[in-house]
Amino acid sequence: MDRIPILKMGEHLLVTIQVDMHDQIALNLQDDLTNQIAKYKAKAVLIDISALEIVDSFIGRMISNIAGLSRILDAQTVVVGMRPAVAITLVELGLTLDGVRTALNVEKGLDILRTALKR
Amino acid sequence: MTNVALVLPIQSSEDIVIARQKVRELAIKAGFNVVNQTKFITAASELARNTLDYGGGGYLTFEELINGNKKGLKLVFEDQGPGIDNIQLAMTDGYTTGKGLGLGLTGAKRLVNEFDLWTEVGKGTRISIIQWT
Repeated sequence: MDRIPILKMGEHLLVTIQVDMHDQIALNLQDDLTNQIAKYKAKAVLIDISALEIVDSFIGRMISNIAGLSRILDAQTVVVGMRPAVAITLVELGLTLDGVRTALNVEKGLDILRTALKR
Repeated sequence: MTNVALVLPIQSSEDIVIARQKVRELAIKAGFNVVNQTKFITAASELARNTLDYGGGGYLTFEELINGNKKGLKLVFEDQGPGIDNIQLAMTDGYTTGKGLGLGLTGAKRLVNEFDLWTEVGKGTRISIIQWT
């Protein structure tokens, strides 16, 4: 599999990452999301990483890029479901995902996006 | 007591995924807790990427270690690339000669119990890391 499916729900795009991504899958996801934000005029992107056992600096950079790209395209990004061990590791690695909004689970992530979109 | 378990090539980004999965499997087998496991796999992923991106590819050797009642896992990343010219600079957070974030080497060092680096300009680089239960 070389692409991660992106689900469209109203103004939201939902992505659930369930595979250990090699670089090309990560880069494809970045491109696909950027294109779909523009195509569907999406206002929000929710990325569920609860299945990811590790986030290294490459994946971390991809997440930051997606958040930055969507901001430029007038969409908000929330990353949800990070495992506690992944959070501990990321901070020790020196990666704090500045500028990326996070929530503990999908429900809380959707709450953040709904509130943000009402403004 | 040591025994060499396995050698894997690091020649493509798919190899990094395979290496991560093997590290995970052996870390679970050794009995690492989830945080230790996650740290070690992440460190391995960073170093495997360095081997590929800066060393032009190389090999990863796995060794299972036993010390008293502690179990450990040793990973050796080896390449015959250009080597590291200035180790002090390379071991600085945020410094990179590539397109990354400059966290690979220093970050990996922080995530593991033991870290050892050998490099010679024009000959290559060898980095070994150990994690204990």
